[in-house]
Amino acid sequence: MSDRIREKLNILADAAKYDVSCSSSGGTRKNTNKGLGDSHSSGICHTYTEDGRCVSLLKILLTNHCIFDCAYCVSRKSNDIQRAAFTVEEVVSLTMNFYRRNYIEGLFLSSGIFKNADFTMERLLRVVKKLRLEERFNGYIHLKTIPGASEELIKEAGLYADRMSINLEMPTEAGLRLLAPEKTHQEVITPLDYVQKQIVQFKEERKLIRNVPKFVPAGQSTQMVIGATPETDKEIMQTAHRFYQDFSLKRVYYSGYIPISHDQRLPVIGTQPPLIRENRLYQTDWLMRFYGFHVNEILNDSNPHLDIDIDPKLSWALRNMQYFPVDINTAAYKMILRVPGIGVGSAKKIVQARQFGRLRIDQLKKIGVAYNRARHFIQCADSPIQLRDYQGFQIKAFILAESQSKYLKHDLNQIKLF
Amino acid sequence: MQIYLFDGTTEGLLTAVFEWFERKPGKISLQTKDKHQPDAFYDVMFIHNDSQKASRVWKGLVQKLSKDWIRRLHCCCLAENEETWIALFQFCCNLFTTPAAIQYNYGDPNVLLLSQTAKKVEREKHRMEAFIRFQETADGIYYCGIDPDFNVIPLLQRHFQNRYADQQWIIYDLKRKYGIFYNKQDVQEIQLDLKMGLRSSILPATQQSAQESLYSLLWQDYFKSTNIPARKNTALHIRHVPKRYWKYLTEKQ
Repeated sequence: MSDRIREKLNILADAAKYDVSCSSSGGTRKNTNKGLGDSHSSGICHTYTEDGRCVSLLKILLTNHCIFDCAYCVSRKSNDIQRAAFTVEEVVSLTMNFYRRNYIEGLFLSSGIFKNADFTMERLLRVVKKLRLEERFNGYIHLKTIPGASEELIKEAGLYADRMSINLEMPTEAGLRLLAPEKTHQEVITPLDYVQKQIVQFKEERKLIRNVPKFVPAGQSTQMVIGATPETDKEIMQTAHRFYQDFSLKRVYYSGYIPISHDQRLPVIGTQPPLIRENRLYQTDWLMRFYGFHVNEILNDSNPHLDIDIDPKLSWALRNMQYFPVDINTAAYKMILRVPGIGVGSAKKIVQARQFGRLRIDQLKKIGVAYNRARHFIQCADSPIQLRDYQGFQIKAFILAESQSKYLKHDLNQIKLF
Repeated sequence: MQIYLFDGTTEGLLTAVFEWFERKPGKISLQTKDKHQPDAFYDVMFIHNDSQKASRVWKGLVQKLSKDWIRRLHCCCLAENEETWIALFQFCCNLFTTPAAIQYNYGDPNVLLLSQTAKKVEREKHRMEAFIRFQETADGIYYCGIDPDFNVIPLLQRHFQNRYADQQWIIYDLKRKYGIFYNKQDVQEIQLDLKMGLRSSILPATQQSAQESLYSLLWQDYFKSTNIPARKNTALHIRHVPKRYWKYLTEKQ
């Protein structure tokens, strides 16, 4: 018995790991029924895998049997791998027992499509209902919306899940057509839109009647695979921007493609996943969500790709030297936030602290500003007088010379002698 | 300069603030009793804890500061370190002598130290919320032993009480030799008579419940299968899960 469950867990956790989302934030469910679990608004990462990704949810597929044959997916129909399926009871008891031991924040349940969309969605719904209604589980549940499932099923699932998501898979329609001819972006957009409208409607009703249940309180997210098809960074981020705007998504995830197939349309097995590019895309995503940048400021027709050697904020600053130097003691918060080397926390502290006197370099350093980077773009009470104006490319050279990028430690052209 | 000697508790500190305001001796040096070295040239004043005096000072703080700052001060008290006590003392004195809202002056070294220390304590608390791994004992109590850098158990209580309302659990601080026990009704402070084998955070097999080994094995399996070897990044892994916490983690055994 225990051997079989171990085997299933190995297969179905392995198949689910390419979904990068593992956030458990935004949940508002409280333990009001003396049951198990209480959500933590900022989420908790209970451990990290050896590749440095957070593990906060038990992320598994209900089954890896699938009727689709998408070239980028491990569980595609034509792939010769071991198949398995959990029963509803198995998923419930794993979740409960892991949660009781403080291993996880909750469950991330996805599934291959077996028979049809409704049949699959109905099974997912049964797991979630059993957890919530029979086991009085109040932990976090992230549920995949199965594209093509009926609206009634999706609506019912939304009453029990904290977050729902559907993966966009490829950033552009053309890319998707190339690798998964059976799928379209529209299939993703329709349910995303439906769930979003329901979220808004439930919120409106809650304002009038207090006991209207919560509907997907932690919102929706999606994921795009990066580097499997030849999209530019501009196309990727513009798609992300559109989805943030149109569907108020909480997150868009970017997943560097890890070669898993000998398909000729895809990078060959053994190719390094594009980790730096993925990192730069996330940085851009953060600039859009927390730093007040518009996507077109960072990526546009003259700069369709992000720089690999420097981060997008620095890269924007170097292209727009006319806005700098910024006077830390007088500039608006919005502008301080745009200085490379100053984050949201430091910017807020600066704005509060400067009411008590003009800030000096040593104070900025203590507040947490990366001064070596920021000094080219700011002026404070005791900034040394600069006799000449440096150009963007010169500043870039200064910064690169004194910084240690974790990615570019070794010059690629350097010959290794030993 | 006078030396104020207190016992290294929150009540002691607040009493010291009260005594200072009663006398206004100017600059003084605050020291804890266990770190104090007798000195021939300074005049020493012993602070005798007085809960009335302390609560008056605390009331004053609550009136002057926002909820966030009160929480920060509470965290700083749990940090249990000399430097933080001194900063707390000076912060309180400055706060009551100046009308300005000095708590926002991050250019001031005391304010910055307090906000940074509070952050460290909160981080340790958050790590405990993440890294605590309960083991089910043979009598159905979920147990975990910890030895955090700061005394964070008072901060942990509410989180675990809300979350694990339908199971009995114990979180025990092995370093400070006390813990909390939840009996499905309320939380009690307990002191265990630790026998051999209970000194570490992992329970010996004989004291575990029958199911415990299966679920810890399943969790270890899950941890392995969810890893993507092509993306291996050990430096990042260790930054997120520093090695000193590995002893708690079931998946790292």
